[in-house]
Amino acid sequence: MSRTLLASACAGALLVPYSAFAASDPEIAELKAAMAEMRRDYEARIGALEKRLAQAERRAPNKDAAPAKAAAPVAAPAPSIATSPASAAAVAAGPVTDPVASPAVTAPAKAGAGAFNPAISLILEGTAAGYSRDRDGWRVPGFTLGGHAGLPPEGLSVGHTELVVSANVDDWFYGQATLAVHDDEEGTELELEEAFIDTLSLPAGLGLRLGRFFPQIGYLNTHHPHTWYFVDAPLPNQAFLGGQWYDDGARLSWVAPTDLFVEIGIEALRGGSYPVDGDTDSLVGGAQNAYAKIGGSVGAEHEWQAGVSYLWAEPRDRTSGHGHEHGGEGHGGESFAFSGDSPLFAADLVWKWAPDGNSTERHAVVQAEYFRRREDGDLTFLDDTGSALLPYEGTQQGFYVQGVYQFMPRWRAGLRYDRVWSDNALRVAVNESGEDDADLLDESGLLDDGHDPDRWSAMIDYSHSEYSRLRLQFTRDYTLPEADNQVFLQYVMSLGAHGAHKF
Amino acid sequence: MTRLLIALTLVLAAPFAQATVRVFTCEPEWEALARELGGDRVEVYAATTAQQDPHRIQARPSLIAQLRQADLLVCTGADLEAGWLPVLLRQARNPTVQPGQPGHFLAADSVRLLEVPTTLDRAEGDVHPQGNPHIQVDPRRIATVAAALGRRLAEIDAANAAVFGARTDDFLKRWRAAIARWERQAASLRGKRFVVQHAEWVYLFDWLGIQTAGAIEPKPGLPPAAGHLAALKAQLASRRADGIVRSPLGDPKAVEWLAAETGLPVIELPQTVGATADAGSLFALFDAILGRLSDGRR
Repeated sequence: MSRTLLASACAGALLVPYSAFAASDPEIAELKAAMAEMRRDYEARIGALEKRLAQAERRAPNKDAAPAKAAAPVAAPAPSIATSPASAAAVAAGPVTDPVASPAVTAPAKAGAGAFNPAISLILEGTAAGYSRDRDGWRVPGFTLGGHAGLPPEGLSVGHTELVVSANVDDWFYGQATLAVHDDEEGTELELEEAFIDTLSLPAGLGLRLGRFFPQIGYLNTHHPHTWYFVDAPLPNQAFLGGQWYDDGARLSWVAPTDLFVEIGIEALRGGSYPVDGDTDSLVGGAQNAYAKIGGSVGAEHEWQAGVSYLWAEPRDRTSGHGHEHGGEGHGGESFAFSGDSPLFAADLVWKWAPDGNSTERHAVVQAEYFRRREDGDLTFLDDTGSALLPYEGTQQGFYVQGVYQFMPRWRAGLRYDRVWSDNALRVAVNESGEDDADLLDESGLLDDGHDPDRWSAMIDYSHSEYSRLRLQFTRDYTLPEADNQVFLQYVMSLGAHGAHKF
Repeated sequence: MTRLLIALTLVLAAPFAQATVRVFTCEPEWEALARELGGDRVEVYAATTAQQDPHRIQARPSLIAQLRQADLLVCTGADLEAGWLPVLLRQARNPTVQPGQPGHFLAADSVRLLEVPTTLDRAEGDVHPQGNPHIQVDPRRIATVAAALGRRLAEIDAANAAVFGARTDDFLKRWRAAIARWERQAASLRGKRFVVQHAEWVYLFDWLGIQTAGAIEPKPGLPPAAGHLAALKAQLASRRADGIVRSPLGDPKAVEWLAAETGLPVIELPQTVGATADAGSLFALFDAILGRLSDGRR
């Protein structure tokens, strides 16, 4: 398009209102001058715009943006498709004159300075929680909790506010960061949950992830909480991973070139926090994890995925995480620390079904995870008067199984059962503290008092759109021998970029 | 150990040993087009069926496994697959189909899009910043995409470039003749007014000069509320439409209610290849659309 023509058209359009008046000669001269000035102005601006557009086109990742240029040499053997798509369409269109081919000027939303901003999405989440028993006494018998294990705060609270920023860095790398803001006993806490880069162009199905990420242990641990079907993490995830565990490190993985989905990978993790707390100075990390996943479809209606993982962990003076009541720390300068081996095995299975594979109307998801941890080492107790040594050997296990059914568009209902149990052998070898032996064993939290914690949870949620969700959940909690009835009301909202979710 | 190494090498080299181009398509219309243009020189996999909503697909394990082995990805683009394709691309570990590579082909990039929003607000529903992505119901745009895809196939597999060129020429020749036939058939539809369920017929109406008399979904992807339906009914009472157009994918309840209240015929149109029994190929798709529109049959 001729820019002069365009500029005149713009100027002309602006002039129209003036022509309604009968104008004298000096006024006309004045208008002419104004118009000339406007034209210069517009020409300059259009020139600048064209320049920016040309730059954007050159940088645009898709070659289709300039189809005519890319086409010619390749299509040489076939003369008639060497024409630009615009002319092909013009012929094809016949009597209808509307040009359908993309002139180079489309993709208007992409041009300009903002085009390369990363995708940003914000998750808002809030909960109203009610408990029939005193929440402060909550603990999981047979386990020392760490990380973020615990119940959501009673009453009204803003839960996990998450800011996710992601983009392709270039054709080699993808980057993503997740900032989470949440409140705990010590106040508002800002956490960097994820900050990683993924390679995009390694050959032979290899992929490398570097940075901070959720280790590939089980299924739920690698999914953001706003995609979970229930308000809280299942008991085994709380007991073995402190709710959800992220760590720094590197992951090397490989996807097989087969119709059956097969992915295997190894992770070297810093291991500076629960459930590891190991030797962070090591170049290969304080913990290592290996995993394998397989998956596939059965017809068009069923899709499944199964995974196993094994975490090698050697905690050194692992105390439990921050703040939760019956962890290792808390009783006025008293603490328990574990050193030894703590390998964790996890297995998971997910099965999804939708009629004709169309999940919009109805669909069902069944998922289950199993964890097993074998600990062997020593527990060290410290208080004001001295210390004690408690040799300890234990096997801890847990699983959950849940089913969620979308019975009509936007409405889902789900049921979950979770259970953990332990077989811990603990004795007091040396006691130079102020506590007697029986109290030490009791306060370690590793004795299950003959009770295996379990819970039943039922939920129903409504999603007005893909981006908003309201949820009601009831839990009958037998984590402690006396049952606690819990009720949760929750909202989960996604703002901004359309987050793509993995299976 | 040596045997293991050989086996591993074979597994790793498997994708390179194939003579045909493996095409991963996101929607059935591009599957059909790739088969038309590629013939026996392509092996085509379709990620979705006509019974599935391409907005709402998950990056399923079976899709990852297929994309991992693909030489060419053919999708609509314009953010239609925004909810799953980006994750799929990252998880599939296949550098040849990443954005910017010749193996990454988005149909919407070669056509002009309609309904490009001037403001972006999710209060307006599931809007697509680059424009309405449902381009497959305009045969003129299919022709444009076909020309671009033919060239892309030739670029990816230069050894078979002549085959792809000849097949594309042949397809476009038959396609243009069909368009001329359809346009003659549709001459009487020009200026007609139809109520739509979802904003997926924009390009069809643009082609045939049909007007939209209203939408049952007040905003893309959001459910119709009673008040909106009542207003639509009142609007139709004052100015009559010629029918209600829906695809087999949508929830029929609101459509049936409006049809019963207004006495308008409901016309079920296939939105892509395979959506109805009589839309088994790209040609049959438009035969079915025009036949059903002209008859005004249910």
